[in-house]
Amino acid sequence: MQAEARRLRVLVAKPGLDGHDRGARIIARALRDAGMEVVYTGLHQTPEQVAETALQEDVNLVGLSILSGAHMTLVPKIRELLTNIGMPDVPLFVGGIIPEEDSEKMIGEGWADQVFTPGDKLDKIVDSIKKRIENDL
Amino acid sequence: MGEKEQFEEMLNNWRSQVEKDPLEEKKHRTISGKEVKAIYSPPDVENLDYCKDLAFPGQYPYTRGVQPDMYRGRLWTMRQFSGFGDAYDSNRRYRYLLDQGQTGLSVAFDMPTIMGYDSDHERSLGEVGRCGVAIDSLEDMEILFDGIPLDQVTTSMTINGPAAILWCMYLANAENQGISLRALGGTIQNDILKEYIAQKSWIFPPEPSMRLITDIFAFAADYVPRWNTISISGYHIREAGSTAVQELAFTLADGFAYVEAGIKAGLDVDTFAPRLSFFFNSHMDFFEEICKYRAARRIWARRMKERYGAKDERSMKLRFHTQTAGCSLTAQEPENNIVRTALEALSAVLGGTQSLHTNSMDEVLALPTEKAVKIALRTQQVLAHESGVANTIDPLAGSYFVEELTGKMEEEAENYFQRIDQLGGVMAAIENGFFQQEIADAAYHYQQAVDRGDRIIVGVNCFTESESMQIELLKIDPIVENKQVSRLKALKSRRDNEAVARSLEQLRRTAAGSDNLIPKILNAVKVYASEGEIVAALKDVFGEYKEKPLF
Amino acid sequence: MHQLVKDLLAGNKRAAARLISLIENEDSQKRDLLRQIYPHTGKAFVVGITGAPGAGKSSLVDRLLQQIRADGLTAGIIAVDPTSPFSGGAILGDRIRMQDHTLDGGIFIRSMGTRGSLGGLSRATREAIQVLDAFGKDMIIVETVGVGQSEVDIVKTADSTVVVLTPAGGDSVQTIKAGIMEIADIFVINKADLPGAERTETEISMMLDMGGEKAWRPPVVSTVSVNGDGVPLLWKSMQEHRDYLTGSERLIEVRQQRVRRELTEQVEYLVKSKIWEDVRDTIELDSLVEKISQRKEDPYSAAGDLLKKINFYGKQQKEGG
Repeated sequence: MQAEARRLRVLVAKPGLDGHDRGARIIARALRDAGMEVVYTGLHQTPEQVAETALQEDVNLVGLSILSGAHMTLVPKIRELLTNIGMPDVPLFVGGIIPEEDSEKMIGEGWADQVFTPGDKLDKIVDSIKKRIENDL
Repeated sequence: MGEKEQFEEMLNNWRSQVEKDPLEEKKHRTISGKEVKAIYSPPDVENLDYCKDLAFPGQYPYTRGVQPDMYRGRLWTMRQFSGFGDAYDSNRRYRYLLDQGQTGLSVAFDMPTIMGYDSDHERSLGEVGRCGVAIDSLEDMEILFDGIPLDQVTTSMTINGPAAILWCMYLANAENQGISLRALGGTIQNDILKEYIAQKSWIFPPEPSMRLITDIFAFAADYVPRWNTISISGYHIREAGSTAVQELAFTLADGFAYVEAGIKAGLDVDTFAPRLSFFFNSHMDFFEEICKYRAARRIWARRMKERYGAKDERSMKLRFHTQTAGCSLTAQEPENNIVRTALEALSAVLGGTQSLHTNSMDEVLALPTEKAVKIALRTQQVLAHESGVANTIDPLAGSYFVEELTGKMEEEAENYFQRIDQLGGVMAAIENGFFQQEIADAAYHYQQAVDRGDRIIVGVNCFTESESMQIELLKIDPIVENKQVSRLKALKSRRDNEAVARSLEQLRRTAAGSDNLIPKILNAVKVYASEGEIVAALKDVFGEYKEKPLF
Repeated sequence: MHQLVKDLLAGNKRAAARLISLIENEDSQKRDLLRQIYPHTGKAFVVGITGAPGAGKSSLVDRLLQQIRADGLTAGIIAVDPTSPFSGGAILGDRIRMQDHTLDGGIFIRSMGTRGSLGGLSRATREAIQVLDAFGKDMIIVETVGVGQSEVDIVKTADSTVVVLTPAGGDSVQTIKAGIMEIADIFVINKADLPGAERTETEISMMLDMGGEKAWRPPVVSTVSVNGDGVPLLWKSMQEHRDYLTGSERLIEVRQQRVRRELTEQVEYLVKSKIWEDVRDTIELDSLVEKISQRKEDPYSAAGDLLKKINFYGKQQKEGG
């Protein structure tokens, strides 16, 4: 009964002013097709809105889509807020236009758990998300 | 044996020699999914009437080009989209590009500027100068064009929600340079409909946004007659994942909506339509793109004449700028992107574009470095001066394939126009989520095709190497944000704040009424009210737009 | 008392969120948690908002929240979206239209999928309402898509049911599904700026009047959610309905009906679970299905036999001798 009832819940968020949501929407669909519940925030979210949504929706993983180059400001801020509201361990995956150097720093500092860039295959991303959540549970 | 019989015999002969593997047939589709036959021949263009469907360049319906002499008279404008950091940084880059032979300027603004926030707003944190140049006030505009003669160089500004404000800053700066507005040429993108559909950098709701646009039409018609008041865009629609036909249809549908809005606002169509311009994508499917541009010209000319009663030829001529497809570039093996861009540029030129931006190879990863943007510019120059394609106009006309595909795309676009009409027009269709849904579906299917390997992308799902290639990338120094914020603070303390407050109050009052807003925005801009302050004042009256939750 | 329930009653948002998850995922502690929560429910006023996809329910709720908060009330929103019958997943996007309220401490928004429940409202949704009730929200709004059975489900769950329609355009009100006319306490015609709004309003009013005298005559309110027109009137109608329910003791009736249904459901649920647990342990279902398919047995006798095998009629049998 329990196995049938449980769903993995993922937040797909667009923080910052960037309006490109093609990737985020594709990921949301792919996650849904993989059996997950995807809470999509819509565009132009502040870091506070992202964290609060993660809290209220009690998601298993937070996914950020950032194509504006503002990731080095947004990601650590969101990680900090998630920690403050009591979700320090929720995995944070980031996708977007992110140079390797920044990607390494974000993971090294513990702000992000995984970073995806254009060219990463959809099913690889979906699998990573699934595996990470299932490992944590 | 008569001609027809001989043709049939040869056709059958050829057919028997070509293996028909049904699976193979499936592979031969354009990027947009249209099936492509192995061969096209006279029967495919049986109904083509040269005088009615093609005509000569500069002749209705302008399928072959909008100017009689096209590139023989003047090459397309090489207009590289550019902007980053603060106005000083971008000014340097513009002067570099002009030195390197670029013939027109194109400004990329940063996200805060695009969304109507000043650099010191909390939402701007981390975003200042990253996607484009940060412009907060007239002062920044002055620095941006320092040393650049605006009477000799035309500028295109990619700005939509706050377009009226940035335009006024440009006009005020030109006047300061001593240039008459009547002589000033340029373009503002100012296409809010496609924001709701694809690019999603909106500020105000649809009605007040359209009012701002028609105010711009009216003001330009009277005072800035050489200015292209709108660049009706398909580029972003394509980047969001649409097919070529969707790009064609949705862009033209938006165009029709603007024409209708102008007419509804009481303007005679021929007073503003000549200054409407377009902006298309150029993607990898070589012939599909060429046919798209030709179909666009024909559709627009016919509709403007037959449905909107345009009398002035210029109202019927679809002029467009093209940018090669950002979404076709790869992060893997970025140097391959130089080749992709070259092919896309070629199709734009063969399609008769008036101006062209070629992407740099590193744009999937960051804003372009000087080296990368130079190669992109050189690509256009090689095309223009070494390849010979500019020697004759619309060279592919008469090709069985090209004419058939042009006709097909026109047909499919007309189908879309009907569906949009049934939904109640463009605004209603946007409300409904019609465009967004079509685009999202197309994007999803494309991605799946790529992931499955049905759609091959070299270096990504085919011919891949495990090593990732390293190229140097442009980095934006975070100090830019600090500098910009300090300068803005200094400006705000230097200027006449009472005059600013008065101008903003005037602005609010005019916004609540129906008078033309442009003169009031100009006043505010001239006393150095910041963009954020002007947008905030307008938001007080107009409210903000919220997106629809649709998948 | 479970720590999470303690925290919930103290107003802790994380506890509320966690509890809804545990309950929705059928955690083993679920029944205990619900038991502890139940005594603290019954205070919130529950409003169901239903209507076809695209009617503008989310933006209507977004506007209503402004009214609700202006009156000093707190609110919990449960936004329900359909779960894909193929993958079991869902995209929960209703929140997009309400995100402005995310940072308001007096508002809690939770998105839920229908997760395979045949109607529009899963049991988990009804249990989530209890959590938000105990959490202390004055009002709880459940927003669902009106397809299939969900309209009927909503009535069973809410004190007030609001049905949102849009101007019929070419079609007429006849196309509105049977059953909707009966369940609505308030009709809303959203996108009332579109052609056909007045006609739709008239048609609905006529149909309501044809239904004869009723204690509560559902008002028909026209709104334009994108700019807020008509929303204050809608809020007023909602309050009037609430006053009517409390004033006429109808509320007590409605809630008792709900409790009766909840009790019945719980009993049936326990019975079903127990039976199938036992059946799984003792019987070869597959071979039984084989036999019935070959017409060697019939399902009616087989069912009875099955229950006998697990001693369902145990006591009686003994007594019957």
